[in-house]
Amino acid sequence: MYVAVKGGEAAIDNAHRLLAEARRGDPAVPELSVAQIRAQMALLVDRVMTEGSLYDPDLAALALKQARGDVVEAVFLVRAYRTTLPRFGASVPVDTGVMAVERRVSATFKDLPGGQVLGPTFDYTHRLIDFALAAEGEVQAAAEAEPRDDAGHCPRVTDLLARDGLIEAAPPDDGTPPGDLTREPVDYPADRALRLQALARGDEGFVLGLAYSTQRGYGRTHPFVGEIRVGEVAVDFVPEELGFPVPLGRVRLTECQMVNQFKGSGAAPPQFTRGYGLAFGQSERKAMAMALVDRALRAEELGEPVASPAQDQEFVLAHCDSLQATGFVEHLKLPHYVDFQAELELVRRLRAEFERKSEPVEMQEAAE
Amino acid sequence: MTPNPTGPQNGPGIEARRAMMALCAEAGRSELEAAVARLGAPAAEDLRPPETGLVMAEGRIGGDGRPFHFGEVSVTRAAIRLPDGSTGFAYHLGRDRTKARLAAILDALWQDSARRAGVEAALAGAAARTEAARRQAARRTAATRVEFLTVARGED
Repeated sequence: MYVAVKGGEAAIDNAHRLLAEARRGDPAVPELSVAQIRAQMALLVDRVMTEGSLYDPDLAALALKQARGDVVEAVFLVRAYRTTLPRFGASVPVDTGVMAVERRVSATFKDLPGGQVLGPTFDYTHRLIDFALAAEGEVQAAAEAEPRDDAGHCPRVTDLLARDGLIEAAPPDDGTPPGDLTREPVDYPADRALRLQALARGDEGFVLGLAYSTQRGYGRTHPFVGEIRVGEVAVDFVPEELGFPVPLGRVRLTECQMVNQFKGSGAAPPQFTRGYGLAFGQSERKAMAMALVDRALRAEELGEPVASPAQDQEFVLAHCDSLQATGFVEHLKLPHYVDFQAELELVRRLRAEFERKSEPVEMQEAAE
Repeated sequence: MTPNPTGPQNGPGIEARRAMMALCAEAGRSELEAAVARLGAPAAEDLRPPETGLVMAEGRIGGDGRPFHFGEVSVTRAAIRLPDGSTGFAYHLGRDRTKARLAAILDALWQDSARRAGVEAALAGAAARTEAARRQAARRTAATRVEFLTVARGED
């Protein structure tokens, strides 16, 4: 049990003043603006939005500035901010099928209707430090080309496979409203919609590690990237007073369709199975890891043995949230003086007993 | 004029109104300020003060299946009434209350068929800018279109 302490107000105030100065750093170096963070640390901003579970690039950039670049602390700030706001409702489900694609790659088919576009990617770079970036300089303008006729129409790879029945269909929309873990605590077993919500806001490192574990044999799923697409989609919301879907604006998303090992039975012909990932911004690693873990968590549904951590939904869902994890780990550094005094007392008593029992019998007699 | 001539009861106007709302959502605050100033809009009263809140964004499992909640978006809404009684609404991503209120004024003006062309003309610059940005983004993406070839091994 944690017993509160009090005192230290002046020291705490001064520590926070010191923090403000440390955050600013050397005053001879120009201060970072929120706009600079948003534009030039864009993937970090995307990560804070994804794990903060709030799409607001300016807010995420400000949180990063306040947190001195600490991702989990920035996520904490974003999550705390959202609790101060009313919820207007839920959006119309976004349609990633009509995304304005900025990047789209497939590891399963080289020729796709709509084509593959690399977009702004680190893939195929040499990962050599570019010392030229240490100096300020003009950037060469991006190349342009006339989009081909089919560029505006990018059917999902899973739709192409589904035409021939080679892949399972996505679970149909039966009109049941999905659960919301920000409103009710998770009850196990959690359905796939709730699991995807938890994974979407889960810590990238944790989800990535679990995804990797499935590749190394702890719950193998034999995955292929059917498709990754990055781009903007419109978000619509139906306000009660208007009764029609109002366009709120566009958000950038990353979607990953994982195509996994097939399954068949006496009754059903073999079909590929699927895992799904969706994240705010350009967050490919997160979307891929999410899709792998989504598939691993379907083990029971697909009749596979549940034997590995990535297949254990209670293990995954209860530990994937960086804010919950950091809260419980980091609270250990707060004063636990009363707790510890009690433990200290107990250890001293046990040691005294131990010493009394281990004294040689003659010595005890002599002492008496 | 009726307060809300393109309300949900008459469908055909909805797509045009949605397009105008989408343009206002995508435009910058200064563009909406310029449009409202150019139209000489009368002072509007708040039906509801501009307010920032959250909308839970839904995705679909597999892209086309059952919905799931994948994260919230910050949204600012405004609702105004013009002196003639017409009302306008706006819901925008982000936290800019001034911008949402400007869009609500433009929504009210746009619903007046006598002023619709004026509103569209006042927003033509923003429409051209966003369209040009979209076209340029598509051209830059198109330059990264890739053709992968599989390298034949042995006699295959």
